[in-house]
Amino acid sequence: MSTAIAISGLVKSFGSTRALDGLSLEVRTGEVHGFLGPNGAGKSTTIRVLLGLLRPDAGEARLLDADPWRDAAELHRRLAYVPGDVNLWPDLTGGEVIDLLSRLRGGLDTARRDRLLERFDLDPTKKARSYSKGNRQKVGLVAALASEVELFLLDEPTSGLDPLMEAVFQECIHELKAEGRTILLSSHILAEAEALSDRISIIRNGQIVQSGTLAELRHLTRTTVVAETEQTAGGLRAMPGVANLSAIDGRVSFDVDSDNLQDAISYLASLRIRSLVSHPPTLEELFLRQYGDDVTAVEEEAGR
Amino acid sequence: MTGTAALVRLILRRDRTRLPIWILAIVAIVFASATAVADLYSTPEQIASYGSTLGTSAAAIALAGPPFGLDSIGGIVVYEASITALLGVALMAIFITNRHTRAEEEAGRTEVLRSTVVGRHAPMAAVLIVVAAACMLVGAGVAAGVASIDVPVGGAVLFGAAIAALGIVFACLTAAVAQLMTNGRGVIGIMLAILGTSYAVRAVGDLGDGTLSWLSPIGWSQQVSAFEDNLWWPLAISAAFSVVMIVVAVALASRRDLGAGIVPPRPGPAAGSPLLGSAAGLAFRLQRGSIIGWAVGVFAGGLAFGSFSREVQVMVEENPQLADIFGEAGAASLTDAFFATAMLVISLLGAAFAVSSALHVRGEESAGRIEPLLATGVSRTRLLIEHMTVTLAATVVVVGLGGAGIGLAYGLITDDLGAVGEMLGNALVYLPAALVLAGLAVLLIGWLPRFAAASWAGVAVCFVIGWLGGLLRFPEWFENLSPFTHTPTVPVDPVTLAPLLILAAIALLMTGAGVLGFQRRDIG
Repeated sequence: MSTAIAISGLVKSFGSTRALDGLSLEVRTGEVHGFLGPNGAGKSTTIRVLLGLLRPDAGEARLLDADPWRDAAELHRRLAYVPGDVNLWPDLTGGEVIDLLSRLRGGLDTARRDRLLERFDLDPTKKARSYSKGNRQKVGLVAALASEVELFLLDEPTSGLDPLMEAVFQECIHELKAEGRTILLSSHILAEAEALSDRISIIRNGQIVQSGTLAELRHLTRTTVVAETEQTAGGLRAMPGVANLSAIDGRVSFDVDSDNLQDAISYLASLRIRSLVSHPPTLEELFLRQYGDDVTAVEEEAGR
Repeated sequence: MTGTAALVRLILRRDRTRLPIWILAIVAIVFASATAVADLYSTPEQIASYGSTLGTSAAAIALAGPPFGLDSIGGIVVYEASITALLGVALMAIFITNRHTRAEEEAGRTEVLRSTVVGRHAPMAAVLIVVAAACMLVGAGVAAGVASIDVPVGGAVLFGAAIAALGIVFACLTAAVAQLMTNGRGVIGIMLAILGTSYAVRAVGDLGDGTLSWLSPIGWSQQVSAFEDNLWWPLAISAAFSVVMIVVAVALASRRDLGAGIVPPRPGPAAGSPLLGSAAGLAFRLQRGSIIGWAVGVFAGGLAFGSFSREVQVMVEENPQLADIFGEAGAASLTDAFFATAMLVISLLGAAFAVSSALHVRGEESAGRIEPLLATGVSRTRLLIEHMTVTLAATVVVVGLGGAGIGLAYGLITDDLGAVGEMLGNALVYLPAALVLAGLAVLLIGWLPRFAAASWAGVAVCFVIGWLGGLLRFPEWFENLSPFTHTPTVPVDPVTLAPLLILAAIALLMTGAGVLGFQRRDIG
C-alpha cells in the first residue's frame, strides 16, 4: 500500500455554506504531509470527514484502504487524532484522559506515556478544568503520540504551545517519521510545516490549490532579491515578472518570477552590484502569492 | 456595579425564549387550575365537602400545604395550585440564576466580560434584577389568573406575591451558593437538595403544629394564608432572608478569585482507573456524582412519603365520616391511594433523572467531547448504547431506592419490613413509563439533536397530567400521551403485564430508532 489517504472530488455543505468544494488530496504512506490554509478554508472539515464524524455530500475518501464513514471504529484503532482545540472532561485529570483515550483506541503503553509526559513537562494529576490552553493541547498530544498507530491526523496540533514545547513536538514528529508512520499535519505555523513536511497541499475555499514537495512549489513561485547597486535601478519597474518593488537609498528589494530571474540579475549586474541577497520564498510568501487578493487574511495567518 | 444595565440587556437577549416559556408555563398552570376549581366547586355544598375530605387529608396536606381558607373557592385554588407554582418559580430562579453566574464563569465568558468596563458584582446584580423581575411577572400573572374567577382580589394579589417572593428567595440563595462551587452542575445539585429539604420540612411542619414550616422558605410563602387571614408579614421574612443572602454572596465574591470556589482544587490520580477503559465506564464516571445525588434525594423523598403514611392511617381511623363517604374498603384503600400517588411522584423524579442522564451524551457532544471518543476505536452505536445502559441501570437504582425508601419508613412504622420489598416492586412497575421518556430523549438525540432538550417538555407534560389531571380534566387523547396514564396504579390496581411490556417495547423502539439516527448524522 503506497497511499494512506486518497480523497477525490469531496463536497460537504453546511446549509448554504460549501465547506468542501471538490477537494482532492493524496497522502502517501510514510510521508509527513503539510496541510496549509487560512481559517475556514476547510482543513478541519476534511479531517473530520476522514474521521467519519461528518458524512460527505459527494466525492470519495479512502483512508488506509477503507471507508472512513463505514469502517470508522476499525480504522480508528490504526490512527490517532489531535484536534486544534482539545476539549477535555473538566472533572477528569489529564492522566485519566490520556489513559481513557489510549485504552479506547486499543491499548496503553505506559512506558511510552510516561516518557511523553516528561518530555512535554505535563502534570497529569491536575483536573482538566484547571489546565491552560497549552496544557490541554499537551494532553491531546500525549494521548495521541503514546499510541502505536500507523497514521496520525494532526489538526493544528501545536496551537497554544510555547516555542520550547513546539521544538519537542517537532522532535517527536521526526521520530515518528523515522519509524515510517504517516502524518497529515494541518497547520497555521508555516515554519513548522516547512521544517517537517515532505510534501505540502494548500487548501483554499474548500479546494486544493497547490500540492507538491517544497521544491516543486518553489518552482512555481518567485525569488526574493535584495540588492544594492551603484547606479539607480529604475529600469526594474518596467521589467516583466517583477513585483513588490521598493527602492530606498540605492537599495532595491523585489520579487521576481523564476522565468525572469536571469534578466533581472543581468540588469542589476549592469548597474554594478555592491551587495546581493536572494532567497527562496518562505511559505508566508507562498501564501501571499496564492491568496494575493486577500492579503489581510494571510497576514492574520502569518501572525499566528 | 458598573455595566449592570448592559448585562441585563445581554441576559434578556440570551433568554428571550427561555424566560417567557418559564413565566407563561407557570401562569398557565395556575390559571387553568383556578378555572377548573371554579367549575368543579360551584355550590357551597361542594366547597364544604372539599374542606371536610381533602382539607383534613394528611396525605393532601403533606403534598400540598396547610389547608387555609378551604371554605372559599380562592382557598381551594391555593391548596390545589400553590405547590406547582412554588416549585415552578423556584426551579426557574435556580436554573436562570446559575446559568448567568457560576455556569457562565465556569465557561470562561465572565472573564471576557469582566475584562471590559464591568464591575465585580455587575454580573450577579444583572441576573438578580432579571430573575426578580421574572418572578414578579409570574406573581402578577398568578394574581390576575386567580382574580379572574370571582374571588377577593386581595387574596389573589397576596397569593401572587407569595409565589414571587419564593422565586426571589431562591434566586438570592443560588447567587450565594454559586460563590462556593467551582461548577454549575454542583450549584444545581445543592440547590435542588435545598429545595427538596424545604419541601419536606414544611410537609412535616404542616402535619404537626406548624412550627417547622417556619424554617422553610416554602413555608413562609404558604403561611401568608391567602383567602383566610391574608397575612403580608411572612413575606417580610422572605425579603429579609433574600437581603442576607445577597450580602453573603457579595461578601464571598469580594474575597475570592474569578473562577475559584471556596474548596481549593486538589490533585487527582495521575493514571486512569480500570473503569476508564470503556464508553460505559466513562459515562458512569462522569455521572457518578449526579447518580449518587439523585439516588440519595429520591430515597430521602421515599422515606418522607413512607413516614407520612402513618398520618394517613391515623386520619382514616379517627374519621368515621371518611368510611361513610368512601365505604369501608374505600377508606382502607386511602392508604393505597396515597402510596400510588407517592409512586407516581417517585417515578416522575426517576423519569427526570433518566432524561437528564440520557441528555448527558448530547451535552458532551455540544461541548466537543464526543469527537475525541469517536476518533478512537469506539463506534457510534457502541458509544450510545453503552451510555444508555448506564442510564437504564442508574434509573432502576434511583426508582428502586425511592420505592425502598417508602417501604422502609412504612415498614418501621407498621413493624413489617416486608413492606420494603413490596414497595420496591411497586415502584419498579412505574419504571417502563420513566424509560419511555428516556427513549424519547435518545430519539431526539439521534434525529433532531438541536431539539434534544425538548424531551424535558415530555417530563413536564407527564407531571402536569399526573399531578393536575384529576383537576384539569384534560381530553382523553392528551392524558393518553403520558406513559404514566397507561401504567397500572399499583398498589390500588393489580399489576397487569401487557401495558408494561408495551411501554418497555416503546422505550426500546425509540432508543433503537435514536441509535439509527445517531449512526447516520454528522457529529458536532
